[in-house]
Amino acid sequence: MRSLERMSWPWRLERRVKPSATMRLASSPIAIGAMLVTGFVALRAIGINPVAAFRVFFIEPVSSLYGIGELLLKATPLMLCALGLAPGYRANVWNIGSEGQFTIGAIAGGGVGLYLGPAIGRWAVPAILVAGVLGGAAWAAIPAYLRARFRASEIFVSLMLVYIAQLLLSYMVHGPWRDPAGQNFPQSPPLPDNAVLNPLFEGMRVNIGFLLGLVLAGLSWWFGRATAAGFRMRVGGLAPAAAAYAGISERANLWLAMLIGGGAAGLAGICEVAGPIGQLQPSISPGYGFAAIIVAFVGRLHPFGIVLASLLMSALYLGGESAQVELQISASVTGLFQGMLLFFLLAAELLIHYRVLRVSPMTRVGGPA
Amino acid sequence: MSDGSVTARLRLRGISKRYASVIANDGIDLAVAPGEIHALLGENGAGKSTLMKIVYGATPPDAGSIEWEGAPVTIRSPAQARRLGIAMVFQHFALFETLTVVENISLALDERIDAAALAPRIAAVSAQYGLPVDPHRLLHSMSVGERQRVEIVRCLLQSPRLLILDEPTSVLTPQAVQALFQTLRRLAAEGLSILYISHKLDEIRELCDVATVLRNGRVSGTAIPRVESNASLARLMVGGELRECTLEAHQPAEVRLELIELSLPCTEPFGTELRGLNLKVRGGEIVGIAGISGNGQKELQAVLSGERSVVPRGSIRLCGLEAGRLSPVQRRQLGLRFVPEERLGRGAVPDMDLADNCVLTGAQSGLVRRGLVQHRAARAFARATIARFNVKCDGELAPADSLSGGNLQKFIVGREIGFNPRVLLVAQPTWGVDIGASLMIRQSLIDLRNAGVAVLVISEELDELFAICDRLAVLAAGRLSETVPTATLAPETVGLWMTGAFSAIAPAAAADHAVP
Repeated sequence: MRSLERMSWPWRLERRVKPSATMRLASSPIAIGAMLVTGFVALRAIGINPVAAFRVFFIEPVSSLYGIGELLLKATPLMLCALGLAPGYRANVWNIGSEGQFTIGAIAGGGVGLYLGPAIGRWAVPAILVAGVLGGAAWAAIPAYLRARFRASEIFVSLMLVYIAQLLLSYMVHGPWRDPAGQNFPQSPPLPDNAVLNPLFEGMRVNIGFLLGLVLAGLSWWFGRATAAGFRMRVGGLAPAAAAYAGISERANLWLAMLIGGGAAGLAGICEVAGPIGQLQPSISPGYGFAAIIVAFVGRLHPFGIVLASLLMSALYLGGESAQVELQISASVTGLFQGMLLFFLLAAELLIHYRVLRVSPMTRVGGPA
Repeated sequence: MSDGSVTARLRLRGISKRYASVIANDGIDLAVAPGEIHALLGENGAGKSTLMKIVYGATPPDAGSIEWEGAPVTIRSPAQARRLGIAMVFQHFALFETLTVVENISLALDERIDAAALAPRIAAVSAQYGLPVDPHRLLHSMSVGERQRVEIVRCLLQSPRLLILDEPTSVLTPQAVQALFQTLRRLAAEGLSILYISHKLDEIRELCDVATVLRNGRVSGTAIPRVESNASLARLMVGGELRECTLEAHQPAEVRLELIELSLPCTEPFGTELRGLNLKVRGGEIVGIAGISGNGQKELQAVLSGERSVVPRGSIRLCGLEAGRLSPVQRRQLGLRFVPEERLGRGAVPDMDLADNCVLTGAQSGLVRRGLVQHRAARAFARATIARFNVKCDGELAPADSLSGGNLQKFIVGREIGFNPRVLLVAQPTWGVDIGASLMIRQSLIDLRNAGVAVLVISEELDELFAICDRLAVLAAGRLSETVPTATLAPETVGLWMTGAFSAIAPAAAADHAVP
């Protein structure tokens, strides 16, 4: 014991009197920096030249106009899902099932597009978007109801519903909605022309979904700052006892958080299906709904932070793909970078509330008697 | 002081500790002799807790030296402090409700002793020092006073040579305080040094041999408390004269808050069931509810504020309306305002600024309109509260947790008063609040009473209740005693009632005495 004390670490963590505003801004860049350094070491360890790899990973994908369009395109579902999750996370409502709500949004919007699209002309695009939002919100309503009624954990229920949603999609495209002209591939017919989201610009694939994301970010910022409902959700997350004292309904917060999260994820789902994919198929997402959880935290649950974080995460996806093609590295390298980013982010968060303190030599002079 | 021929058990020289924005300790010297009961006296924020954390090894000092029995030491951890022979009883006990006394103590000891061997040692120590404790009882069935005995026994098992007690009497009945003092005197007579942290002047004068008084992180004086007066000690502590509050005779008005046979089943483990409470509070009077926390205080607050709304039997009437099932928001609209016991985390959101903390309970009073937060009005309201109650802070945009306990309490009391209540419910109004702020809060409650508001105060501090209440009742084990005019009541009677020794009263007898 004594020898252990003598060797004791000369650094201590001490709680700051006030959270540091500098660190609040700096913690995300610190985490990104740590991710790059660790990635550098990891790549070198597996025998890849890190400098070249970083070039392939981070620079090449966005060195063309098409590449930038792809960056925005991939950022769209991440941004939408994360913007939907953030108010809930601030209110202590832990919706982990964004991926499932994304899938149901895609099914609902896709179904409306496939079966009503031809009949409703130019109303088809608004109709599929609304159907996507409603579909996602309905799927999120299930865990909300079960938590409100039976105190079932929304974390587990929403997560399990992801797999149900994916199986439902698989059933639809293998069964009732399978394209008769699709040579038996499990996929729906292509969405009719009036029910697809066209690219915003020539030579890029990014569509109106990205703009909707930016609008949602602005709305979300206004909601959190100006509205009483946003205020109540913040109080519910920061201090549940104060919320009870003030008479803020935990249930109202729960429902609102889940419906916002589900609706936004559903919108992301339909934007994906009616945009770059163009039809329903068994796999419509490389895990956007789960990555959005990371995006929400990297963006520090702030709408504008989330916009930036979704671009960063999108760059990681693109980099992973490009590294896979050019360097024959496994696609799981993307997951590695995402995981490291979240890990470092949570660690860097400590610095906001604590400072690192060197145990001053003056108190060490005496030593144990 | 305790210099002289005997080597001091503990000597601090020039201890300083600075946090980012405050100097908690500034060159503090302190010496405790063997067998001495040494008071550490000071207001909240004077630096007592920081100093004790340094002695107990929980925080390193920035400068200064510590001598233990004449030899310099560096205390790096509480475990090392315990090995040296320093033991501490914290103000808030760290005990597990679902475990027995033996299990709790064996968890807290540094050495591993199995329960069979430990129980007889606990019994021996408790018999030796008059601290009756049954080693096999479960914690949740024990009162706060009994729990404190468990903590003291835990410390004594380690045969300490210095015992630190942090505000030990804040939760005890007057009788339990006397029992504790006897034990402490016996321990001191055997050579144990005791550091006794408190701000209760009467107790320090009765118990302690020497007092070191802290003010703003410095030693403002040392004294022999037996030869000092409360006023002279208070001057050292506060640095100025104290004003007493006065309660002038006053005719109360109509009943604003009434409990009729209010019962509430217990829903939480280790909660208290409320059994047939009867009470009337009129406009223009202050009614106090004495008693030790854990006797239904939490449940009574929740059922009065509306956080628990379902009242199966009996009822609550608020300004003449049945209110048992109204939400907190609806009750606020009827004019009930509530200052809860926990100020940080319940009465205020720690991470939000003071203006937003006004919106917390001001949504029904114009700080939210058409679903939108009225930021400008909230800031103006917060500024007015800060000015009126002399709250020390960095303006209305300072986060609530940057305020000291006393200032935050002034702010919360001020906020609720600012919303013009018809009935004000205040729990532990001055718990952990320094003398200056306490006086101000008490005076503002009296002013409110004189303006015709019905005020109900739930408190553990008997002195306070006797100072400001027109009438007083005791809540013990979920039952409420009759309400008696304070002038005709002896503190000893209240102390007896706090142990539950009063007969149940019928609703008719609950009618207040003070009103013709």
